[in-house]
Parts: sequence; structure tokens; C-alpha cells
Amino acid sequence: MPDAAAGKTLLEVSDLQAWYGDSHILHGVNMSVGKGELVTILGRNGAGKSTTLRSIIGLLSKKTGSMRIQGVESINSSPTVIARLGVAYCPEERGIYASLSVGENLTLPPKLRDGGLSTDEIFTMFPNIKDRLSSRGSNLSGGEQQMLAIARILRTGADILLLDEPTEGLAPVIVQQIEQAITALKQRGFTIVLVEQNHRFAQKVADRHYVMESGKIVDELTNDTIAQEWDRVTRYLSV
Amino acid sequence: MEHFSMMALWGQLVVGLINGSFYALLSLGLAIIFGLLKVANFAHGALFMLGAFSALLMHRYLGVNYWFALVLAPLVVAAFGVVFERLALRRLYHLHHLYGMLLTFGLALVVQGVVLDRFGASGASYPPPDLLRGGLDLGFMFVPVYRLWVIVAAIVVCACTWIVIEKTKLGAYLRAATENPELLKTFSVNVPLLLTATYAAGVGLAALAGVMAAPIYQVSPMMGADIIIVVFAVVVVGGMGSISGAIFTGFGLGLLEGVAKVVYPEAANSVIFAMMALVLLFRPAGLFGKET
Repeated sequence: MPDAAAGKTLLEVSDLQAWYGDSHILHGVNMSVGKGELVTILGRNGAGKSTTLRSIIGLLSKKTGSMRIQGVESINSSPTVIARLGVAYCPEERGIYASLSVGENLTLPPKLRDGGLSTDEIFTMFPNIKDRLSSRGSNLSGGEQQMLAIARILRTGADILLLDEPTEGLAPVIVQQIEQAITALKQRGFTIVLVEQNHRFAQKVADRHYVMESGKIVDELTNDTIAQEWDRVTRYLSV
Repeated sequence: MEHFSMMALWGQLVVGLINGSFYALLSLGLAIIFGLLKVANFAHGALFMLGAFSALLMHRYLGVNYWFALVLAPLVVAAFGVVFERLALRRLYHLHHLYGMLLTFGLALVVQGVVLDRFGASGASYPPPDLLRGGLDLGFMFVPVYRLWVIVAAIVVCACTWIVIEKTKLGAYLRAATENPELLKTFSVNVPLLLTATYAAGVGLAALAGVMAAPIYQVSPMMGADIIIVVFAVVVVGGMGSISGAIFTGFGLGLLEGVAKVVYPEAANSVIFAMMALVLLFRPAGLFGKET
């Protein structure tokens, strides 16, 4: 099994089951992510990818199984506690606050640990944001909102980033910019879990891929082999 | 004759500004609470009254003067708000708005009932502080100094509240929590604490208004119940949850009421409600509210 032998395991999820109200969404998810790894979760719409991320950050409270973050069991922890363990979450809908300025959005998440990026480093990574600091969050384009959504969780000192479909609905030139940013973050040592429907994008940046179907991880591929096993992947992803 | 009606108009405009000051302070607190907690705080009038009564009792039994009461009474009422929010109100956030309304309405009845039982219905007067006694001749009219103080103080308090909400880090947390509290939790921001603090601040503002009202109105158990009906109309006209809407509508409708007293006195008591009906017909989200 290709695992994270190189680094120590930062995130270890075993037999995770989760519910939205009465509907049972996750049926025993197993995954582990090593320090500095970039792992994607691929799968169709409704497979449970976003729910997995929302469970890890603690937004879903009804869940069973085990979730060890930096070695700490967190299955029953609140988002507030999980964030302090160094996990940061960038939601699919981006969650830019419309009534806050871009600058306020950027500095909203408090610094919880050392090792976060400085604002200057963030501006180097996303130059568009610097020019729009006083704009309202609601006045940004989709691409700018996505960059801001990623940028604002980099200051906090979190070292595990959960990114939910950061390229969804964006123009190719913006996707390229986000790809560069994610690659740079990986080089800086961030551990990243990336949910993606765009598997070409996933293939460019990731070390490893989990494939999800009906609330379970059904397959795992390394990035080296994914090209040869393309048929297998498309079978999972095609409708 | 012409001269006389101008005098009357000025006089009523000042009265309108005074009433508007209280409308603004009270609807501001309501707007902050509603924006974040999504609770229409029907206890607001009773807590306004509790602020006035705290000042009265502190003066009578402890010799606390007006200036200290201006700080202490809001703190006492805010502390009461903290206990109420922690023990009762927060248990209803996940339910329909109606439950919060019922609970706070119940609280209002209990608070009014207890004060009525202890101190009787007639109420008492509260002396204005020595510093603010007397009047000021503005040339075209004579105004009691205390009333001018109320108008200026209310404007300053409203402006400061607006600055805190729109221009500070704490305000950014409040606005963010109003929009999307779930995501704010993932940034490790203590949202439940924000909710408690907001409720305390909102009812503290009501109590501050109560202390300021004490030397003007009779301090009585029902003083809050009388004013809060108008204040809810103000909030509806301004737009539920809109901070600047609450401030401008509060002062504006106070003035409108004053003008009505001169132009057509019969309508003075109903002009705000007529305005509310018009706004509900043509702009249901309120003058400053966002249409959704």
C-alpha cells in the first residue's frame, strides 16, 4: 500500500461514518495523510467528498469512527478545537463575507499558531488581492473570491489545509494561477487534502489520490500510476 | 400667529428629537440583537425600564449619582442579559424565531410584573443631575439643558456603536457571524461568546437609554411597554437588522412625529404606524434593509 512512509501521519481517519440529520452520508471512510503530502479525493457528485472535509473540520457533529489529527482523537471535537490543532478549511462555496472588505476577510481568521504566511508572502502569491483590499467581498470575481478564500487560511499557522473544489467554475487562466499557488504551498510543507472533480488538475498537483463512491473510499492510486490506470479512474468518475 | 406656529414647530421638533433619541438607542440594540441572534427581543422595553429603575433605586438607597448610574445601570442589566442568554435564550437558537419571541415576551411580562408588585404602578420621578439643570435660550426658543444633553449623548452613542460595528476587528467578527457563523467557527472564533456579548451589549444600550430617560419621563413599570411598540415600528421601517437604518429611522420618525403634532395633532400617535404600513406595502425589507 503506498502510504506516507516518508513523513509522520498528520491525519488518520478510520471507519468514519457521518450523518446530515437522518441521512447517512459517510459509510466508513478510511484515509491517512502524511506530513507534507498532497492528497486528493476524487469522485462523482454526491459521493461524499465535501462531507468528508466538513466532517474533518468538525462542522458535522453527528459522526462515529475515529479521526486522529496530529495524533489527537478529534471525532467529537468542535471546529474551534480542530482549528487549533492546525486544520484550516476552504469551503466549496468559498465563504467570502459580503459585508466585509477584502482586507477584513483576509485578516478575519485569528492567528492560532506560528508558521503562517505573512501578508506580504500572501500578496506575492495572489497579487490580485493586494489591489482590492478595500473592496467589499461581494464585489470580487469568482476567481478573486477563490484566491481570497485560500489566502485567508494561510495566515493562521494551520499546516493541514482542506480545500473543497478550488477550481470549480473558474477560467483556465485562473485555474493555472491556483495550481501554481497550491504547488507553492506544497513546497512550503503544507499538508493538503484537495477535493476535486477536475482530475486533470488533481493529477498535476497531487502525490496520491483517493477515489470515493457512495460514502466510502473505494480505491487509492499514486500519482505515478494514475496515468497508466486512466481507464480505472474514468470508470469511477463517468456517470 | 405665524410666529406662534413657528415656535410650536421648533418646540415639537426638539421633542421629536428627544423621542427620536430613545427610538434610535432602543432600535439600535434591537437591530444588533436581531441581526446576529435572529431573535426579536420583546424584552427590550422591560430592560429599558429596568435600566431606569436601577438608576432610581441606586440613587434612593445607595446614593449613586446620575453619572455613575449611567455606567452602572447598563452593566447591571447587561449582566442580567448574560445570565438570561446563557441559561435560556441560547437553547432556542435552533428553533423557529417564534420561540425566541415568546420567551423574551415572557421575560418582559415577568420583569414588569415583579417591578409592579414591588414598587407599584405609579412610579417616581428621578432628578436630573445638577450639572444639567436649567435651560438654554437659543434665541428662537428655550430648551432645558438636560434635553439637549440627551440628544447629543444619543447621537454620540449611536455613532460610536456604528464605528465599533463597521470599523473594528470586533465589528468584523460580528458582521461575519451575522452572515455565516458556521464558517467563522472553523477559524476558531468563539461564536457562542459573540452571541452572549451581543445580547448583553444590546440590552445594555436599552438600559443606558432607560437611565437617560429617567429624568424626563416618569420612572414606572410600564414605561418600557409604552415605548417599545413604537420602537418595533421603527425597526420595521428601518429594516430588521440594519444598524444605520435603526439610527436614521429612529431620529427621523421622532422628528416626523414632532411635525405631525404641529401640523395635524390628531395623527401624531399614529403617523409612525401609518409609515410602517406604507413601508411594508412598498418596501417590505425596510428603508435600509436588503431585499432578499
